[in-house]
Amino acid sequence: MVLKGKAYKFGDDISTDLIAPGRYFHLRSNLPEMAKHVLEDADSSFASKVQKGDFVVASENFGCGSSREHAPTIIKLAGVSAVLAKSFARIFYRNAINVGLPVLICDADKLSSGDELEVDLEKGEIKDLTNGVTLKFAPLPKAMINILNDGGLIGHIQKHGDFKID
Amino acid sequence: MGKTLAEKIIGKHAGREVSAGEIVLAKVDVCLMQDGTAPLAIRQLQKINLEKAAHPQKTVLFIDHSAPSPRKELSNDHMTIRRFAEKTGCQVSDVGMGICHQIIFESYLNPGEILIGADSHTCTGGAMAAFSTGMGSTDVAIGIALGKTWLRVPESFKIEVSGEFQPGVYAKDLILYLIGLIGADGATYKSLEFVGDTIENMSMSSRMTLSNMAIEAGAKAGLIWSDKVTKEFLKRQGRVSKFKELKGDEDAVYERVIKIDASKLVPTISFPHTVDNTKPIEEAKGIKIDQVFLGTCTNGRLEDLAVACQIINGRKKNPKTRFILVPASKSVFLNAMSKGYIRKLVEFGAAVLAPGCGPCVGVHQGILGDGESCISTMNRNFKGRMGNPEGFIYLASPATVAAAAVVGKIVDPREFIPRKKTKGKKVKVSKKKKK
Repeated sequence: MVLKGKAYKFGDDISTDLIAPGRYFHLRSNLPEMAKHVLEDADSSFASKVQKGDFVVASENFGCGSSREHAPTIIKLAGVSAVLAKSFARIFYRNAINVGLPVLICDADKLSSGDELEVDLEKGEIKDLTNGVTLKFAPLPKAMINILNDGGLIGHIQKHGDFKID
Repeated sequence: MGKTLAEKIIGKHAGREVSAGEIVLAKVDVCLMQDGTAPLAIRQLQKINLEKAAHPQKTVLFIDHSAPSPRKELSNDHMTIRRFAEKTGCQVSDVGMGICHQIIFESYLNPGEILIGADSHTCTGGAMAAFSTGMGSTDVAIGIALGKTWLRVPESFKIEVSGEFQPGVYAKDLILYLIGLIGADGATYKSLEFVGDTIENMSMSSRMTLSNMAIEAGAKAGLIWSDKVTKEFLKRQGRVSKFKELKGDEDAVYERVIKIDASKLVPTISFPHTVDNTKPIEEAKGIKIDQVFLGTCTNGRLEDLAVACQIINGRKKNPKTRFILVPASKSVFLNAMSKGYIRKLVEFGAAVLAPGCGPCVGVHQGILGDGESCISTMNRNFKGRMGNPEGFIYLASPATVAAAAVVGKIVDPREFIPRKKTKGKKVKVSKKKKK
C-alpha cells in the first residue's frame, strides 16, 4: 500500500502527555472529540491543519511516557496515515500497531515540515517528493506485521481466535 | 549459557528456554488496569464478544487516576469498570483504596510471576522480582481474556550499585541520576536489573522507587532480585509461602553494565520538561516553588512520609507554598496515622487527599496555574503533566520536596538533617533500610 501526504515535523521526546493531554482525561470515552486536541501541547494548530493521509514526523523517542492507547488512536482518528520517527518508545510502538497505525523507524531528520511524502509500506521506502530524498525504513517484526495486516490486535484475535504471531 | 532474570521468568511462562531477541507467547499471572485505560479495554473486548477473564481473582481494575471522580464523564467510566467486574468476576479497587501499583504490590504480586498492566508504571512490580511491564488497553484486554500475551524477550542492562548513601540522599536521587546518565530513551526495550550491596540493603519501598522509574529511561522492566528483604515483606503481607529466591545467573549476557557508587551521589532534581533533564541540587537551589506534592507510586509510602516528617520537624511551612499530600494506599494512610505522621504533616500545613494518584496525571486535585512551579515526588515532569502546559514540574526525593515546602524554594535537604550519624531520627530511617 502506498500512502501519500504532507509531513508535520516534531522534535525529540514527544510524550503521550503532549499527544493526549491529561486535562482531556474525561474525553477518553469520546475519542473523536479528543482527536480535536491531538498533539495540542506540541503544536497548538496541528489538529486544525492536518489533512487525511498526512504524516507525523519526529526525531527520537516518540510517544514516551504513559501507556495511554488513546494517543496513537487519536493520531489515527485525526487522519494521520503513519508516524515516521528515528525511534519510538516501546509501549507507544506496540499500541500503534495494535490500533492499526503504521509506525516507521527511519532517518526522519532528512524530512522537513511541509514536504510531500510517499510511503510504500511493502517496499519499506519513503520518498520525499519535495527534496528528492528516498529513505528506507526498518521492517516490523513478523508478529507485528501479522497484527497490522489484521487491522490491529482486536481484528487479529477476532480472525484467529488466538494469537497467531509466527 | 546463563540467563538473565527476565529470560528466566519469561522462559518459565513460555514453557521453554528463551533468549533475548526472541518473540514468544507467555502466560500472564496478574493483570491490572486503571480508570484511564480500562474503559477503552472493556470496549475493545465488547467489540469481539470476549468479555471474560482467564484469572478473575488476579485481575484487578483500579479507580485511582480520577478518584473521587471530578466529572460526570469519568463517573460514567467508573460505572463501566464496576459493571465489567461484576460480569467477569474481576476485582475492583475503588475510590480511596489507593494507587494500582502500590496495591498490586501489597496484595497480589509474587516473585517469578508475570504482571501486565495498562499503565506505564506497572514496572514498579519489578521490585518483587516479577516480570512486570506496562502495555496499552488492547494488549492488556486480550491478556485478561486469554491469560497470555506476546513478548519480545528483552536484552538486559545490569545496574550495579555499591556503597552507602550520604545522609539526605535516597533511592529517588539514585534513579534520577541514572536516568540523567543514560537518557529518557537510554534503555528503550531493555530490562534493567538493579544489583549490588546498596540494593541489597534497601527497603522494599526504596526498591519500588527504583523499579517504578525504569520506564522513564524507556525500559520494559526494572527488576530486582528477590532476597531476605523480599521474604520479610511477603511475611508482613501474610503470603510468605509465595517467596522464591530469584536472580540472574553469573554468566548471563548483559548488554550493558553500569556501575554507580552510591556514596558519591547528591540530592538530584529533574528540571522541566523531561525526566532526564537532571541536575545536582547545587544547580537548583533558589528556584521558587508554588506547590509541593508528596505522594504517588514513586514516593507515597510510609518510608517517604517518615522522611518528610524528619525534614519538617519543628519547622513551619512557607505560607506562600501549598503542600499536597497523597498516601499511596489506604494501608499507608492508616499506618501513617498510627505513627503520627499524618498529624505532623497536617499541622505543618499539608492538604491530605484520599489515597490515589492525586494531581500526578493532571486530572484533578492540584492543577498548576500559568507559570507556576511544583516540586513533586512523582515520576514525570512532561509539559502539561499536571494539567497545565504553562506549569513547571521539578522532580525530587521526599526530603528535597519537604525542605522546599519549608523554605518556599528549592534547597538542599542535607541542611535539614541532623549531622550526628548515630543519634536522632536519621537512624530510624537507615535502620529500616538495612532490614
